Amino acid sequence: MARARVYVTLKKSVFDPQGKTIHDALTSLGYSGVTDVRQGKFFEVALDGLTGDQARQTVEEIARTVLANPVIESYRVEVE
Amino acid sequence: MKVGVVVFPGSNCDHDAYHAVKHVCGQEARFVWHKDADLSGLDAIILPGGFSYGDYLRTGAIARFSPVMGAVKAFAAQGGPVLGICNGFQILQEAGLLPGAMLRNGGVKFLSQPVHVRVERTDTPVTAGIPAGRVLTMPIAHGEGNFYAEPEEIARLEGEGQVVFRYTTKDGRLDPAANVNGSTAAIAGVCNAARNVVGLMPHPERAAEPELGSADGRQLFEALVRVLTPVAR
Repeated sequence: MARARVYVTLKKSVFDPQGKTIHDALTSLGYSGVTDVRQGKFFEVALDGLTGDQARQTVEEIARTVLANPVIESYRVEVE
Repeated sequence: MKVGVVVFPGSNCDHDAYHAVKHVCGQEARFVWHKDADLSGLDAIILPGGFSYGDYLRTGAIARFSPVMGAVKAFAAQGGPVLGICNGFQILQEAGLLPGAMLRNGGVKFLSQPVHVRVERTDTPVTAGIPAGRVLTMPIAHGEGNFYAEPEEIARLEGEGQVVFRYTTKDGRLDPAANVNGSTAAIAGVCNAARNVVGLMPHPERAAEPELGSADGRQLFEALVRVLTPVAR
């Protein structure tokens, strides 16, 4: 059984209000060395009956069409 | 005129939209369940506000796969008027029928308040006959209404006149304080290139009668009636 991890993040050019709020909170907690925070989403996908390239292809398709919105987000897929 | 109001699991402005069309404007209306792909006999489609499928993954992300959306795409491709309100707008973006995407509001908080929007274009089915530049007061109620598109896409939308509504002050001036969710170019509503599909974040159906605090939203439904009702001879 293959397992995949999908990381969905806002594109670098896109302002992240949640990340900024967390960064502001960290600054007020005294973490002065933190210069930026970006929030994203993390998915663990378990696949039965798919291995290697098939699994990767399927998860890439899921990430592209469902998990991420390409207008604002980018994604990265890891398969093991 | 007969309007179809699509009902997704989690829609919560469907009855308000139905009421605005049927009882406020005196037109025919029927609900269309999201698993139903039959839009026959309908002259216009409304995708109402709400939280389709809970919006758990992303606003509108799952609703766009509903069976009804194939029919809505075909209806739009034939030039049929489609209006997306709030979550309906987000679904149309996810479906690729309208440009851009919605980010979390600039100030992070869910916003539920009246806003003022300026009518930028009068060549859409929901703004026809409304004087350009008129300012309408309608409520918003959303956490993700911060319109975003890449700078080149924004330039293209402006060039093609696809920005239909903009957040302004009550007297129609652009002001960062009036752009409450931080939308790029203060965009509150857009249309597609063919101009028959329109989406906006404010809720015209919640501002369609004086009892609701504003009747300005009624003008959008009345525009639809004017556009779709055959002129009596």
